[in-house]
Amino acid sequence: MIARVLSALEALGARATGMVTRLGLAGRFFWIMLRVSGTSFRRFHLTIREIYFAGVLSLIIIAVSALFVGMVLGLQGYDTLVRYGSAEAVGTLVALSLTRELGPVVAALLFASRAGSAITAEIGLMKTTEQLSAMEMMAVDPMARVVGPRFWGGVMSMPLLAALFSAIGIFGGYLVTVQLIGVDEGAFWSQMKASVDLHEDVLNGIIKSAVFGVAVTWIAVFEGYDATPTAEGVSRATTRTVVTSSLAILALDFVLTAFMFRGT
Amino acid sequence: MMTRRALDIWVGFFLVLGLGATMFLALKVASSATFAAGNGYVIKAKFDNIGGLKARAPVKSAGVVVGRVSDIRFDNESFEALVTMTVGREFQFPKDTSAKILTSGLLGEQYVSLAAGGDTANLKDGDTVKITQSALVLENLIGQFLYSKAAEGNEKK
Amino acid sequence: MSSADPLVAIDDVTFAYGDAAPVLSGISLTIPRGKLVAIMGGSGSGKTTLLRLIGGQVRPSRGEVRAFGQTVNRLRTRQLYALRRKMGMLFQFGALFTDLTAFDNVAFPMRERTDLPEPVIRDLVMMKLHAVGLRGAAHLMPQQLSGGMQRRVALARTIALDPQLIMYDEPFTGLDPISLAVTGKLIRDLNDALGASSIVVTHDVHESLAIVDYIYFVSEGRIVAHGTPDEVRRTEMPFVHQFVHAEADGPVPFHYPAPDYRAALLS
Repeated sequence: MIARVLSALEALGARATGMVTRLGLAGRFFWIMLRVSGTSFRRFHLTIREIYFAGVLSLIIIAVSALFVGMVLGLQGYDTLVRYGSAEAVGTLVALSLTRELGPVVAALLFASRAGSAITAEIGLMKTTEQLSAMEMMAVDPMARVVGPRFWGGVMSMPLLAALFSAIGIFGGYLVTVQLIGVDEGAFWSQMKASVDLHEDVLNGIIKSAVFGVAVTWIAVFEGYDATPTAEGVSRATTRTVVTSSLAILALDFVLTAFMFRGT
Repeated sequence: MMTRRALDIWVGFFLVLGLGATMFLALKVASSATFAAGNGYVIKAKFDNIGGLKARAPVKSAGVVVGRVSDIRFDNESFEALVTMTVGREFQFPKDTSAKILTSGLLGEQYVSLAAGGDTANLKDGDTVKITQSALVLENLIGQFLYSKAAEGNEKK
Repeated sequence: MSSADPLVAIDDVTFAYGDAAPVLSGISLTIPRGKLVAIMGGSGSGKTTLLRLIGGQVRPSRGEVRAFGQTVNRLRTRQLYALRRKMGMLFQFGALFTDLTAFDNVAFPMRERTDLPEPVIRDLVMMKLHAVGLRGAAHLMPQQLSGGMQRRVALARTIALDPQLIMYDEPFTGLDPISLAVTGKLIRDLNDALGASSIVVTHDVHESLAIVDYIYFVSEGRIVAHGTPDEVRRTEMPFVHQFVHAEADGPVPFHYPAPDYRAALLS
């Protein structure tokens, strides 16, 4: 009985130390990647290719999701606000929800699932088929040639995707409330403009999405590089990317929100 | 595998979309009422109680935003609150302007309202507004109300 | 083995992956210049690890690895990369970059490590692909090639910068008889044409004995036998004999260690 409890505690402790070790490994990885980032910029076409795969190919899912999220916000917002006679504030509600929170967060979650997992799978597969080793033996540093451009491509794509998400979402809210339900168009936009602040809301949202971009892409490239070089290993790494990214996004969102919107 | 040219075109398109969305958010959605130190001038006002006024709260006159509160401090000599505001250069106020702290809506955020006086000379950069009215503090109101109710009761006896 | 300044020398090396039992225990061997050498042994005997040590991908826990007159396990990254320019390694399944054409794969080391202009690179790539007989397949993607052809393209990539040391990790695995003969011929011809030294890690006895100059046998982390192909064919050593003549049972036993059979059945 005691032995069981002890071994359970031991397993827990081992797990915790394992996680801390892994975090340290990820940190060292990040530092090395930053050091060799010169290649990603000197040979910018490598990074452009990655912006295409991470950003451009995510456009459809971001646009469609944003449209639906904006429309739902409009519907739900209207439904609640109309009870207090404040239906015209729905524009403000939609815009603030999107620019402050939903734009950066949901876009980052979608990015992690689509682009993040793809990056992990790609790097993991290159590791499994010895392509990374082959590159090393040809005296080309895989960190500079493969990992760096993918990291910077993701970091650059994320804020743009988040801005697009917010913009399309607001448009979705407009469609549903003004065109469908009949809220006054002028009131919709003017109330929104009066309540949304460039620095407080839009800029903070962009900062959030930049932070998420770094976190998600870092996790994606690390998990791929660190994956066990088997089919099962790559699949597990891909899952870990999505799960860890999602948790990181939500945790960071809390921390950033607490800093940015303190007391407002 | 896409040609380099095709990649460049698509990425360029993506960048245009993203920046366009950002511009849309910045211009059409947000209010760009930032009165930077460059195109505004500074005026100060002292209040007994600023209530819930915060930095970056709007400064309005006749209901229109003309500036922002930049700083709120406690003056340890006069034991009053010193509020520093930046007002847009295009708005000139006479020297006997009064400043009040009002609440927008019933329970909304508090702001500074400037009401122009009749003086021919205008406030300059760094001037202090002489006439001020503090914010309404709920507890004081309730206290006053109870006190006046009690006084009324006493009178009737 | 002649001791006249070998190209590669492995000197009393011990190596283990992590905390596991050592894969190599005090192993020593030399590779002379201009020769084609085979390293043979059962699966998991540490043959591939030897190649990794020579290429500097891993470091021994004890002993030294010397190549081109330098101590590989002591080099800093930049020097190691400079050294690797003189080496070429062919991985077991080719390890071609799946997002590039055959042409771009072979051109990769040239574009990354040299400043040669594109027209020169084009000619060089065509020459290398011609040497392996796949010039006509230059525009194809790796997925469109058979396993044997992928490996040949990978071979063209390996010799792209005319290395002086070429290493092959199990080049004969999973090939049909024709591809086997082709690969063997290529390995021999390239070695002689480039004036290079080659190390072939394999357990394909028949093909190796036909093409190599010298053979090392590795078992349980050390060299158990070595000699020329003729010496190996005529050997009386039990392990080598079993290996070369493909006997089912011998020093490498058929049965995994287990308790007595009769006792296990009757209990």
